[in-house]
Amino acid sequence: MRYIEPHAHMVSRTTDDYTAMVTAGCVAVCEPAFWAGFDRCSVDGFRDYFRQLTEIEPRRAARYGLPHFSWLCINPKESEDLGLAEAVLSIIPEFLDKPNVLGIGEIGLNKNSRNEVKIFERHVQIAVEHDRLILVHTPHLEDKLKGTKLILDILRNAGVRPGRTLIDHVEEHTVRHVLDAGHWAGITLYPESKATPARAIDMVEQYAAERLWLNSACDWGHSDPLAVPKTALEMRRRGHAATAIDALIYGNPLRFLSQYSGFKVADHVGGSV
Amino acid sequence: MTTPKEPWRQRDALTDLYYMEARARLLDVAAFLDRMDRASGTDDHRLRSLRAALSFLNDGKADRTRRILESWSDPSAAPADSADTKGATGAWPKL
Repeated sequence: MRYIEPHAHMVSRTTDDYTAMVTAGCVAVCEPAFWAGFDRCSVDGFRDYFRQLTEIEPRRAARYGLPHFSWLCINPKESEDLGLAEAVLSIIPEFLDKPNVLGIGEIGLNKNSRNEVKIFERHVQIAVEHDRLILVHTPHLEDKLKGTKLILDILRNAGVRPGRTLIDHVEEHTVRHVLDAGHWAGITLYPESKATPARAIDMVEQYAAERLWLNSACDWGHSDPLAVPKTALEMRRRGHAATAIDALIYGNPLRFLSQYSGFKVADHVGGSV
Repeated sequence: MTTPKEPWRQRDALTDLYYMEARARLLDVAAFLDRMDRASGTDDHRLRSLRAALSFLNDGKADRTRRILESWSDPSAAPADSADTKGATGAWPKL
């Protein structure tokens, strides 16, 4: 088995997780900027975090032979303070030319507030100006449907090319909205709050699987860094062909992420599921 | 769309694969509601929305998961004036 983990917050994971992921067949990991579990109080805190994502974590992953890529942003949970958010936005271009930076992400909305919308629009503007890929976080639970609709409207009004934007954390009530708008969609495999492997496979069987990817979004919360390969095993139990599984967990993220010329995967793992 | 091979499009094969898991989860929901019955207090919006969603399970219509998730969602369209919390509860609090 080979797979790409397109969404993992590795700064909050252990070296044992790296070992397990590579052993399971992971050939590249992508890390979006996110919320640290508390609001950072200064732009320098973000500068340090962006150095961690673009310099430190890639070196840690390289010890396991795993190419590491990152996305940069200020998380919507920290967008209510417009002054701090604008200051953080101003330093993002300093890091965009780092070789492991895929684009702007995971931007989006959390509680669908006016300030979150403003900062989301500013992130999109930066991505368009620098012609970078976009990774979008959709809100949690009861806020997801409304937030997804707002996000799709904003992206459409900004003239973003849908094929260069992945909208993440879709569930059964949002996946069709995202795919019908032409975007890529990410299904996040969480033990409780997003999709289970069985539900994820249900969606794969019903919708445009060529623009879907699976991710663990593992972080400091209740999550599983091996959720993608475990779901691949579940697909095999459900009678899916090895080629279809490989296309979903390796081929699809490779196609989307290769729109950034610097994206590459490890060459030490191959074969079929 | 990715289609599984036969016999995995047959109901009996999927029943063999998932029945025990679904049985256990249904019993967990039943036990949870029994636990609530034994506890004092009243239902909050989460419990009300959970009880309301049970009607979707056996109404004979398709897309139960989507319809349940939609029923728990904030139905408004305009952005909120501010984010007065960071978290979500699982169901729209005004339900």
